Amino acid sequence: MRKLLPFMRKYAIYAFLSPLFMILEVLADIIIPYIMSRIVDVGIVNQDIQYIVTLGITMIVAALLAMIFGILSAHCGARAGFGFAAEIREETFKRIQDFSFANLDQLTVPSLITRLTNDCNTIGQVTMMSLRMAVRAPFMMIFALIMAFTINASLAKVFMVAIPVTAIVIVMVLYKAGPLFRRLQSRIDRVNAIIQENLIGIRVVKSFNRQSYEERRFKERNDDLKDTALKALSLIISIMPVLNLIIYSTIIAVLWFGGQRVVAGSMGSGELISFITYITQVLVSLMMISMFFLQFMRGTASAGRILEVLNTESEIKEIKEPVKEVKDGSIIFNNVSFSYPGSKEKVLKDINFSVKSGEVIGIIGSTGSSKSSLVQLIPRLYDVTEGSILVGGVDVRDYDLKTLRVQVAFVLQKNTLFSGTIRDNMKWGKEDATDEEIIRALKQAQAWEFVSKYKDGLDHRVEQGGDNFSGGQKQRLTIARALLKNPKIIILDDSTSAVDMTTDVRIQKVFKEELSDVTTIIIAQRISSIQHADRIIVLHHGQIESIGDHNTLLKISPIYREIYESQQKGVIGV
Amino acid sequence: MNKQSKPLHLRPKDPKKTLMRLFGYFRYNKGLFFGGILFTILGTLAEVASNAMLSPIIDAFIERKDGRTLLGYFIIMGLFVIIIALGQYLGNLFMIKLSQKTVHRIREDMFSHMEKLPISYFDRHSHGDLMSTFTNDVDMLTQSLEQGISQLTISIITVVGTFAMMIYISPILTLLVAVMLLIMFGAIKYIGQKSAVNFRNQQAALADMNGYVEEIMSGQKVVKVFNYEKRAIDIFNRKNEELRKASTQASTYGTMLMPIMGNLSYVKYALVSMAGAFLVIKKVLSVGNIASFLQYTRSVSRPITMFSNQLNTLFAALAGAERIFNVLDEEVEIDQGDVTLVKHDDKGGYYWKVPKNNEEYEEIPLRGYITFKDVNFSYEEGKPVLKNINLHAKPGQKIAFVGSTGAGKTTITNLINRFYEINEGTILFDGIDIKRIRKYDLRSTMSIVLQDVHLFEGTIKDNIRYGRLDATDEEVMEAAKLANAHYFIKNLPQGYDTMLTADGMNLSQGERQLLSIARAAIADPTILILDEATSSVDTRTEKLIAEGMDKLMDGRTTFVIAHRLSTVRDADTIMVLEHGKIIERGNHEELMQLKGRYYELNTGAAELE
Repeated sequence: MRKLLPFMRKYAIYAFLSPLFMILEVLADIIIPYIMSRIVDVGIVNQDIQYIVTLGITMIVAALLAMIFGILSAHCGARAGFGFAAEIREETFKRIQDFSFANLDQLTVPSLITRLTNDCNTIGQVTMMSLRMAVRAPFMMIFALIMAFTINASLAKVFMVAIPVTAIVIVMVLYKAGPLFRRLQSRIDRVNAIIQENLIGIRVVKSFNRQSYEERRFKERNDDLKDTALKALSLIISIMPVLNLIIYSTIIAVLWFGGQRVVAGSMGSGELISFITYITQVLVSLMMISMFFLQFMRGTASAGRILEVLNTESEIKEIKEPVKEVKDGSIIFNNVSFSYPGSKEKVLKDINFSVKSGEVIGIIGSTGSSKSSLVQLIPRLYDVTEGSILVGGVDVRDYDLKTLRVQVAFVLQKNTLFSGTIRDNMKWGKEDATDEEIIRALKQAQAWEFVSKYKDGLDHRVEQGGDNFSGGQKQRLTIARALLKNPKIIILDDSTSAVDMTTDVRIQKVFKEELSDVTTIIIAQRISSIQHADRIIVLHHGQIESIGDHNTLLKISPIYREIYESQQKGVIGV
Repeated sequence: MNKQSKPLHLRPKDPKKTLMRLFGYFRYNKGLFFGGILFTILGTLAEVASNAMLSPIIDAFIERKDGRTLLGYFIIMGLFVIIIALGQYLGNLFMIKLSQKTVHRIREDMFSHMEKLPISYFDRHSHGDLMSTFTNDVDMLTQSLEQGISQLTISIITVVGTFAMMIYISPILTLLVAVMLLIMFGAIKYIGQKSAVNFRNQQAALADMNGYVEEIMSGQKVVKVFNYEKRAIDIFNRKNEELRKASTQASTYGTMLMPIMGNLSYVKYALVSMAGAFLVIKKVLSVGNIASFLQYTRSVSRPITMFSNQLNTLFAALAGAERIFNVLDEEVEIDQGDVTLVKHDDKGGYYWKVPKNNEEYEEIPLRGYITFKDVNFSYEEGKPVLKNINLHAKPGQKIAFVGSTGAGKTTITNLINRFYEINEGTILFDGIDIKRIRKYDLRSTMSIVLQDVHLFEGTIKDNIRYGRLDATDEEVMEAAKLANAHYFIKNLPQGYDTMLTADGMNLSQGERQLLSIARAAIADPTILILDEATSSVDTRTEKLIAEGMDKLMDGRTTFVIAHRLSTVRDADTIMVLEHGKIIERGNHEELMQLKGRYYELNTGAAELE
C-alpha cells in the first residue's frame, strides 16, 4: 500500500489529524481509571468530599473531551480514507482512459470495473480503519502498560506472562486459520460458479431434464462449503473465550497478589480496582491489533490490483512534437505485419496497398482472415509490428492521437450506444454539434427516416447499450455518430450487416456521391455491400489475395468467386 | 421482459414474518438452537456472578483480613472463569453450527427451487439480482445468524442480571446508571437515524458511480475511437466527488457511535465513582461494592453498544432474507401431466401411456407428430406475440421458420417443449395435448441446439454426456463423430478428457457449436429444435456444422429457426412469420412463385434483423 501514499497528499492534514485526535482520546480514556483510584484511595480514606467532587468533575470533563476527540478523529479518518480512495479512483479511471486497445484486451473490462468499484471502496474503508485502529490499539496498550507499571511495577509483571500467552494464542489461531479461510474462499467460488452456470444455462438444463442432476452437483459443493466453513469458523471463535480466560485469570492473579499488598498497606484498594481496568485495556488492544492485520491484508490485496492498473503503461505512445493536421484521406500500407501484443502469431503479413483520397474500398474474406485487425491499424488502435502506415502522407505514429482519431472515424463491429437521448449520443461525434448538423448526419446514414417518426425526435431516449433499437437502427445511428466528426477517412467494420439491402445500397450511394471527398473503407460479409466499391481487397489468412473491382475479382480471385457463389445460395440477412 | 435490476431495499417490509419464517428453519436443529442459547446464558451469568465476587474480596482486603482466608472465594471465581470460557465457546460453536446448517439448507432450497422455476421467471429477473440474492444476501444472513442471536441473548442476560445485582447492591446508584443508559439510548437512536439516512445516500451515490463505470467501460473501445476520454473523465470525477462526500458523511456517522458510547460510559463511570464515594463515606456502601459496581457499569454498556452497532446490519440482513424468501415463494413450473413415456423392448421402442377414466391405460406409440391448433400466446398480457398459429408436422419432417427478430420464431419452439404455457388453443404431440404429458417425459423426447451454446464446467466427455447421463464412452465418441466434433476433440491435448473452463471459453465458437450438436445427438430425440447460429464462423467449420446438423436432423421431426437459405430450401414446409402471424407457408418453390415476403428476403430487398 505504500506506493499509493502520494494519493494521500490532498488529504494529508486529515490523515495526520485523525490519529492525533485518537491519541488524545486514548490519553483521556487512560487517565479516567487512575483518577477513580485517587477518589477511592485519597477521597474516601480522608473522607474529603471536596476532593471527590473535584476529581469527579475532572473525570467527566476528561470523558467529554475524549468524546469530542473521538468524534473528530472519526470524521478526519473518514475524510482521509474516502478522500484517498476518491483520488486513487480518479487517477485509475484517468489511466484507463489512456489505455490502448491492447491494454484493454489484456486487463479485460469486467476486471477493470471491479477494480474501480470494489477495490477502491475497500481501500477507503481499510485506510479509515487503519488511521484509527492501528493507532488506537498500540497506544492504548502502551499507555495502559505505563499506568500499570506506575501504579505498581512488581504487580505489573503479570503482563510479562499474559501478553506473550495472548500473542501466541492469537498468532497460532490466525496461522492455522489463514489457509482454512483461503480454502473457504475457493469453496464459495465453486458454489457461486455453479449457480451462475445454471442461471445462464437454465434453458439447456431444463430441455435436457437435468434439474435433479444439477441439484446433486450443487449439493455436493454446498456440503463441502458448509464443512469447510465450520472448520474455519470453529477455530476463529475460540479466540474470544481463550482471551477471556486469560483476562480473567490475570485479574484473579492480580487480585491475589495485589490483595496481599493492600493488606500489607503498600497499595491502595482504588489502585487495585484501576489496575483491573488496565488489564482489560491491554489485552483487548492486543486482540484489536490482530484484527487490524486481517483487515490490512484485505486492503493490500486491493491495493495490489489497483497498482497493477496504475503501473500499466499505455502501449500506444505519442512522439514529442506530433503532427496536428491530416492533409488528406490517402492511406498507404508499407510492408505491414502485425501480431497482437503478447502473441507471436502474425495475423497480418506483408500488407502493401495504397488508397487515394476519396476512394471507396471494400474488404472481404472469411472469418479469421484479419479484416478487422487490418483496419484497426489506421486510427492507431494498435501499433504495427513491422512496416509502416501513412495517412495523408505522414506515418500514423507521428500524429497527435486526438487529431488522427478525429480525422479517421471508425464504426466498430461491436458498437454501443449510451444511455441518454439520441442527441446526447450524436454529440459524441461533435461536442457542439447543432441540430441541423445532427439531422444532416442522420439523413446521410439513413437514420432520419425512423428518428423523425419519434414524437420527441432527437430527444428520444436511448437505453443502456441502445437496447431499445433494432440491430439495423443501431448500426445506422452509429454511422451517423461517426459522420458527425466530419472525418477525412471513415471505416465501417461490418457496420451494415443488419441493415436491409435497399437501405444499405442507399448508404453506399451517399458515401460515393455526397461524401465523395471522404475515403471510405467498408468491411462486409455480404458481397452486395461492397459490390460497387472502387476497389475490393480480398484477404486470406492475413495476406492480400487480390485487389480489384467486382468484375475483375470474379475473374481473377477464386476465393472471391467462392464467396460470391455461396452467397447466391445465400445467407439471409446477418 | 424488463430485466433492469432493481434498487435494493435496506429495510425489510415485514420483519416479523420474515423472522418467524427464519426461525422455522431452526426446527431442523432444535438442539443446536436451545443448546447455543443455554450455553450463552450460562457463560453470561457466570460473568455477572464473577463481577459480584469482586465486592467481598476487595472488602476483605480493606479490612486487612489475611488473603489466605479468601482462598474459597478465589476457587469459586476460578470456577466461574472456566464456565465463562466454556459457555462462550460452546455457545458460539453451537451458534455457528446452527447458522451454517440453516444457511446450507436455505441455499439448497433456493437452488432446487431455482431449478423448478419457469423460464418466464428468468426473463423477468436479471441474473445479477438473483446472483446477488444467492451471494450477498445469504452472506449477510449467515453473519447475522452467527452473531445476532448470541449477541441478543448476551445483551438481555447481561442487562437483566447486572441490573438485579446492581439493585441488590445499591438502588440509588442503579437509578443513576439507568438514567445514563437512557441518555445513551437517545444518542444511539439519534445517530442511528442520521447514519441510516447517510448510508442510503452513500448507497445511491455508489450505485450511480458503479452504473456509470459499467456503462462507459463496456463501451470503452467506442470511447477511444471518439476521443471521448476527457469528457468521460469529467463526468466520472463529478460522480466520484459525490461519492466521496456521501461516503465521508455516512462513515463519519457510522464510526462516531463508538467514541460517543465509549466515553458516555466513562461519564457514567465517573458519576458512579463520585456518588459511590459519597455513599462509602456515609457508610451505606463498601469500597468492594464500588469495585463491583464499576465493573458492572462497564459490562452493561458493552453488549448494548455492540448490539446497536449491528442493528443496521441486522435490518439489512432481514431485508435480504425477505428477498431470499421471495425467490422461494415464486411459483414453480406447473406440471399436471399424467401421460408418461414407457419403453417396450419387445414391441420396439417407446409408447405414451395415457390413463383413461377407469384406471386403465391406452398406449400410443411415440412417433413425432406435432400439431398447433389456433395457438395464441403473449409474454405480457395485452401484448400478443403469437396470433392464431396453426401447423402440422409429420414424423421426420423439417419445418423452417423465417422472419425478422421479434416475429415469434423462437417463441414457437419454446412452446413445443413447454418453456412457456400457451394462452389459447392446443398443441398436440402424437395426438395428445402436451399439457397432459408429464414435462420430464415430454422434454426427454426433444433436443434443442441453441445459437448461444452453453457448456458446463467439466470435461468434454461430461458435456456430451449431458444429453444422456448413462451413455458409454463409445456412444459419446459416436455422437461426436456424427456431429463432426470428433476430429477437433482428438487433437486436443487431453482429448475427450479436456477440462472446459467456465462456459467452455477455451473453445472457439465453432467448436462449441459442434459439441452442442453432439450433445443433442446422444440424447437421440424424436423432436429436434435447431436455432441456427448467426455468428460468423470460418467457412470450413461452418461446413462441418452444417453437415453435422444435417446428419442430426435425419429421420427426426425438426423445427429450424433458419438464417441460411441452404437450410430453408430443402425444408418440407417454410413458415414466414411476421408480427406473430404466419403470413406465408409452403416449400421453397411455392414461396418463390408467390413473390411475397419470402421472395423479398431471398432477393435481399427486406431487412431481417
